[in-house]
Amino acid sequence: METILVLAHTEADGSLAKAALEALGAAKSLGGAFVVGLVGENVQAAANNIASCGAAKFLGVTGAEFSQARYTTDAAAAEAVCKAAGAAIVIAPATSRWNRVLAGVAHRLGGRTDTHVTAVSAADGVVSVNRWYYRQRMEAVLQRTQRPWVIALEAGCCEAWKGSAGSAAVEAVAVTLTDACKQTTVTGVRAPAADQQTIRPDAKLLLVAGAGWTKTQPDGKTHTPEAEKLILDFLRQTQASLGSSKSLVDLSGEGQAVLTFMTHLHQIGQTGSTPRHPKGLSTCCHGEEPHTVGWRFINERRAIDLNPNCGWARGKADVLYVADAFAVMAKVNELLATAK
Amino acid sequence: MSTAYQIVVCGSLVPDPLQTLEPVAGPSGPALKNEMMLPAVLDPWAGHALFEAAHLAKSAPGSKVWLVSLGPKAKLQQVMMTVAQKVPFELVALDGPAGGFTEAADVAAALADAINAIPGLDKSRLLVFGGWESASRGAGATMQIVGERLGVTNQFQGVDKLTVAADGSLEILERIEGGKHQVSKCAAPPAVLGWATGNLPEPPNNPQVGMMNMRVVMPALQRAKPAKVAAEGVKFASVTLPKQQRDTKIVKDVPAEEIARELVAWITKD
Repeated sequence: METILVLAHTEADGSLAKAALEALGAAKSLGGAFVVGLVGENVQAAANNIASCGAAKFLGVTGAEFSQARYTTDAAAAEAVCKAAGAAIVIAPATSRWNRVLAGVAHRLGGRTDTHVTAVSAADGVVSVNRWYYRQRMEAVLQRTQRPWVIALEAGCCEAWKGSAGSAAVEAVAVTLTDACKQTTVTGVRAPAADQQTIRPDAKLLLVAGAGWTKTQPDGKTHTPEAEKLILDFLRQTQASLGSSKSLVDLSGEGQAVLTFMTHLHQIGQTGSTPRHPKGLSTCCHGEEPHTVGWRFINERRAIDLNPNCGWARGKADVLYVADAFAVMAKVNELLATAK
Repeated sequence: MSTAYQIVVCGSLVPDPLQTLEPVAGPSGPALKNEMMLPAVLDPWAGHALFEAAHLAKSAPGSKVWLVSLGPKAKLQQVMMTVAQKVPFELVALDGPAGGFTEAADVAAALADAINAIPGLDKSRLLVFGGWESASRGAGATMQIVGERLGVTNQFQGVDKLTVAADGSLEILERIEGGKHQVSKCAAPPAVLGWATGNLPEPPNNPQVGMMNMRVVMPALQRAKPAKVAAEGVKFASVTLPKQQRDTKIVKDVPAEEIARELVAWITKD
């Protein structure tokens, strides 16, 4: 087995994200020797937390400049760690921070990258990865001859490493930064207020709201304010994450009076995200197969739709309730409130 | 302070998202069944990048937009008939495969060479735009490598907003986890921006813009250089469609209250 580097960055609090532990779990599952490389303002606490993982050594790039998720400094750090490790295969969590730089790092190293990888396996010493093409519409299993091979592993696809903490000896890797590396400054993070945030990647349930919520109802009128209330009440009570079909977010982009809390960030599917949640409930969604790729990584799926032949539900959901989502969701909210 | 930008948008074509896609084994690796027959569109995220580029160029007098596009010439021509009606740009065409199973590194090399060959390119005013991912390979790798090859290391991915400050610096909002945006300030161009959805709706067709664009699109297509793009070093063990059919239980003619009870039991079950 070739030498593997698990490349991770620390979070703002100095810890490792679950996705990083999943990358570590994936590397261990390949069965060979591996090195851990960490990047962050201070990586000792993170290294200590995974001290018993069996890594041959721990490498670290540290300093205030590496606290920011910035291309120039992250690419320089990742490049330095990869070179120091001399690894043929680099497995990294596909966080937004690493996704920004890994392709560029692979280029600098004369290697190649595969991103959005959903599985890594090894047979007879040959490593294979699974990844999706055409926006989750077909899955490929592939191998590569180019080295180093930088693999960005999607979150939620592998078992996270679990083990006891200890004391890890971290070997410092020096990185020289020029002034050009500091032309960009991260000034902050913009997010809705905590009680208004409706995208929750770790939620057990994904609620998908389709354009049907904004369409004319049997009384000949639209009921957008009621739809908003029903959806937000449901999200508040269940702490579910909210997704939307493309058509709904496009309507808001075009300035139509639609669900005010819906943005392009909520979009799932072909030109949106493909979130991973144990359960998913689609409401008022319509469209054919290509629009339903947002469902791809949802385990248990149920749908409410007035159309029994809806492409979102038939053959895609485990249960389809042919019913008026306004009526059903109102009752669901009542029952959830009573249960509390 | 107003800067006249040189905005180069990298964007190729993808099969119309509503088409049914089926993988087949081609002579040089996987391909799509009837790939050349499938209707194509400009890659959606690259489209957003193009619209954002045009919007920025309009607000910064003296700016110019190029669209560097790699694809089979005939398909490029078909797609340009529509895209050219949207916003003003100058096409730089490269003749080569646009499928998802090609290497991002090869595509990036071809695009970077084409950008470097643009006459009068001034890197101090250069903004390289593109989609943060494509709807074909979907790797989110090409733009970074283009940037590296051009020596541009102010790079941003998943961009939803670009604002030019009075001092000429760029404020950029990038998507990060959890429905949030990271806010960065880039002192000055050059920069690479891989766009997500942005904030702009698709512009309506403008026949005048179309006529103006097509005057340079057709010669650009005729001049299109062949690009060597493949997937050397990659062995595809399999490419399959997902087993997506579920045995859907249809529940109909049931009162809303009963459905709600069933749903609540399902939602609250661990």
